[in-house]
Amino acid sequence: MSWMPSGTVYGTLLNFRSEVEALTAQMHQPPYKAPPKAPVLYVKTANTWSAHGAAIAVPGRVPEVEVGATIAMVMGDAGCVQGYVLMNDLSIPHASFFRPPVKFKCLDGFLGIGEHMLPAAGAGDPSDFALEVRINGELTQSVDFSQMVRPADQLLADVGEFMTLRQGDVLMLGCDLGRPLARAGDRIDITARGFGVLSNTVVAEA
Amino acid sequence: MKHARVIHQGVTQHAVERDGRLLLDDGNLVSENAVTWLPPLAPTPRPRTILALGLNYADHAKELEFKAPEEPLVFIKGESTLTGHRQFTRRPAGVQFMHYECELTVVIGKTAKKVRRSDACDFIAGYTIANDYAIRDYLENWYRPNLRVKNRDTCTPTGPWLVDAADVADPMTLALQTAVNGKVTQAGNTKDMIFDVPFLIEYFSSFMTLQPGDLILTGTPDGVVDCRPGDVVVTSIEGLGELINTIEQ
Repeated sequence: MSWMPSGTVYGTLLNFRSEVEALTAQMHQPPYKAPPKAPVLYVKTANTWSAHGAAIAVPGRVPEVEVGATIAMVMGDAGCVQGYVLMNDLSIPHASFFRPPVKFKCLDGFLGIGEHMLPAAGAGDPSDFALEVRINGELTQSVDFSQMVRPADQLLADVGEFMTLRQGDVLMLGCDLGRPLARAGDRIDITARGFGVLSNTVVAEA
Repeated sequence: MKHARVIHQGVTQHAVERDGRLLLDDGNLVSENAVTWLPPLAPTPRPRTILALGLNYADHAKELEFKAPEEPLVFIKGESTLTGHRQFTRRPAGVQFMHYECELTVVIGKTAKKVRRSDACDFIAGYTIANDYAIRDYLENWYRPNLRVKNRDTCTPTGPWLVDAADVADPMTLALQTAVNGKVTQAGNTKDMIFDVPFLIEYFSSFMTLQPGDLILTGTPDGVVDCRPGDVVVTSIEGLGELINTIEQ
């Protein structure tokens, strides 16, 4: 039985330095007008959850989907992290981050979820995590979590300032720049040491 | 029928309204002051999807100096922001502008995927009231309205009742209002929504499957004012009751 979240799954935008640098020139322009102060979060609703191995259907109007490979924290009790899990946060590519990304990120099946949770005890420092993305076997992205803007502890503290993450809730560490694109027929494999592999295939919606 | 979910003598249970009182599932008939009110929603096997509309009344969009949107402006809330009738909502120290938003809330009744608007009412279990508080000091133009504004603990009182869809003849002609300390500060009618309930069900279900217990908060009309600690805020909708909330420091 694959691991599945029991709580709300939150994603984090702009938590990698290169992501922020790529937008720096725009941050003081409309519509943003200023760089973000608090963590920028979004929700991946339960209809998006796909198990490891599942085929993810993409509507015909969407030629390519963006792969948001990341590792997420799973909350235990009393605000502690219980463990970590691989995630494949798919999006319809979008250039503007002004409005909430529901229609780009909350399509059915658009969140691949790792088969196992790696318990926090023994997982080490999340800033030492690294993952690789392969599409049809070819390496397309390497993510080094030492490049996070807010390391895991600080992200938790800054989110906790305005909302409580409850037991079972999930918070992604963020997706770096250079997100690969995938299309119907592609197989996406995300691997990280200690986590194994999260594989999903993209199929055209029937 | 009007359904509630309450804690009575330590037991969480479903109840229905009976002659102004609560008939609990355990058979007790109690006054509405004898219980702790929870959101009137049965637990769901997976976390419920809570969709909320911004700028869905033309007058409110104008009030906030936005032109009316061409497609729904929607954001999502986590369940930790919900609280019940007669509960308290915290105003953080030092903020300048915290306002209520009285919203007709649709509770989905069965799995809804690619539903046509003409069939939408078949997928509605019923309706409740949500008070979708916002703290405008925290607005930022990144995925706006951002979660720091809209996903705070206890900042979405919901209830008191889930009223069966069969008991609401037309959800698009309901008067709604908010009173702060007894003075009416917001008044509107669901007929003035830009995107009506059947449209919203068609729109969302075109790309995301909705499940029983999922919520759609349909936006608020003109007339939001700052609320201070101690203020009693009553959001009410015709036929759905009065949702009472108190601001605390």
